Amino acid sequence: MWVLLGIAVLVAGFVARLNPLAVILAAAVVTGVAAVIAPGVGIAELGQAALDTIAAFGKAFNDYRYISVIWLVLPLIGLLERYGLQERARILISKARGATTGRILLAYFVLRQISAALGQTKLGGHPQMVRPLVAPMAEAAAETRLGDLPDAVRYRIRAHAAAVDNIALFFGEDIFIAIASILLIKGFLEANGIFVEPLELSVWAIPTAIAALLVHGTRLVLLDRSLARQTAEAETGR
Amino acid sequence: MITLQWLYIFAGLTFAAFSVLSIGDPANPKRLGNTVFWGLLAVSFLFGSYLSDLANGFLVVALAVIAGFKLLGQGKPATTSPEERQASAERRGDWLFLPALLIPAIALLGALVLDETVIFGIPLFGPEQPTLIALGLGVAAGLTLAMVWLKPPLLAPLQEGRRLMDAVGWAGVLPQMLASLGAVFVIAGVGDRIGELFTAYLPLDHRLLAVIAYCVGMALFTFIMGNAFAAFPVMTAAVGLPIVVLQFGGNPAIVCAIGMLAGFCGTLTTPMAANFNVVPAALLDLPDREAPFNGVIRVQIPTAIMVLTANIALMYFLAFRF
Repeated sequence: MWVLLGIAVLVAGFVARLNPLAVILAAAVVTGVAAVIAPGVGIAELGQAALDTIAAFGKAFNDYRYISVIWLVLPLIGLLERYGLQERARILISKARGATTGRILLAYFVLRQISAALGQTKLGGHPQMVRPLVAPMAEAAAETRLGDLPDAVRYRIRAHAAAVDNIALFFGEDIFIAIASILLIKGFLEANGIFVEPLELSVWAIPTAIAALLVHGTRLVLLDRSLARQTAEAETGR
Repeated sequence: MITLQWLYIFAGLTFAAFSVLSIGDPANPKRLGNTVFWGLLAVSFLFGSYLSDLANGFLVVALAVIAGFKLLGQGKPATTSPEERQASAERRGDWLFLPALLIPAIALLGALVLDETVIFGIPLFGPEQPTLIALGLGVAAGLTLAMVWLKPPLLAPLQEGRRLMDAVGWAGVLPQMLASLGAVFVIAGVGDRIGELFTAYLPLDHRLLAVIAYCVGMALFTFIMGNAFAAFPVMTAAVGLPIVVLQFGGNPAIVCAIGMLAGFCGTLTTPMAANFNVVPAALLDLPDREAPFNGVIRVQIPTAIMVLTANIALMYFLAFRF
């Protein structure tokens, strides 16, 4: 059970608000060292385990470089922001009558969930869609209706824009038969002697997808009123 | 053939440019930290495959030390003023969206057409990560179009990219670090121990209790690991398969499909799922981006709890009927 020490380090580090990169590395080393703890194991073996863990971490870090490739979009997004991309997104929304924060986010939610269900998980995303387009549009819609926004309202709208991208993706993608999680389930069951077709798995993702749409869609419909209330309260200097 | 390696070179050169341009930024008092941090990432992308595992490991140690001692600052490259941006937005119109929309458009084209394309017997895309390769092509196309049309200073895309990358800061490598931690957990058998703990102390003698234990267990375990894929094999081997499926006769396809989605509810609530929950807070300049439960997570928690409840109900009512 010593290996669970690493999780304790992780939790303690997050609670103490230490830098997550340092906490993660410390948790990895503690886990690797704790895994070899046994009666009769000396300091030299523990030191070797620490080095082995750093090497294992380095190998994994190298294998997972593809995760950080997403930052390649920043030069293009930044360049377009230089020429007013966010401002253009605001202009577009301020001209659209009937566009509210809740409706814009709901529309993006539905588009994102449908495209994910068709396997197109890369069509959204925070760096390429939410920061340059969705968040400015959602903010602009609130500004058009409510005037100058208090900071708390502005940040809440942005958090909602980020959340919509996540929730629609998570509860849409499993409807597609060739997505990683469906293949993982199929492989796991096969290893245990149970054979299922990907389609059998993905149809059972549909009820949850509908539940997520109903739950989060309702919250988005109610969001406009809540934002108006929050803005009014901030203005009366409560 | 366009392979993942091309993309790594593209990324390595971009980070190298961020590193070099950081040196000459007097507005950032911690510019040396930025130079070394982005420089190390450039080394990782360009030469990581030629370094030993231990050397890669110490590269990560250096990244963690720079971030841990708060040696990263935020550069302020020269950019346009809000008034210039407003004027440019009004003059250039909706065409400004076109280069940005090229990224998803080419990603779609890549997945549907290019990934299957074979030229003179050689596939156009390498076997690894074809959607990422398409994303890289989309960026290259969008950049080319923007450079030709907008005619910015030659270094502008790199400087603007550095502005955004500095704003994201160390959070930019957090997802990669967490995935690596997951690999170490697998080697050390952390998941198996948690699974043992879970089954040893819970009474699972009723169908509904077993369903709740499996779904809540998936969510909790995902909360700790930051990734439902890490939780799924452990919790399903400990509870889902032996108890919900074999003991109570649940349909394995329904139990597993909904169990995985119960795990996704945990993903929505945890700072460990950095790419979904922490990176956007940094990208959107949220003031509480460094809090364990930032604004994005707090917005997601009510939906996560309600969808988790729905998953428990769906599994209970569907898995034993079909």
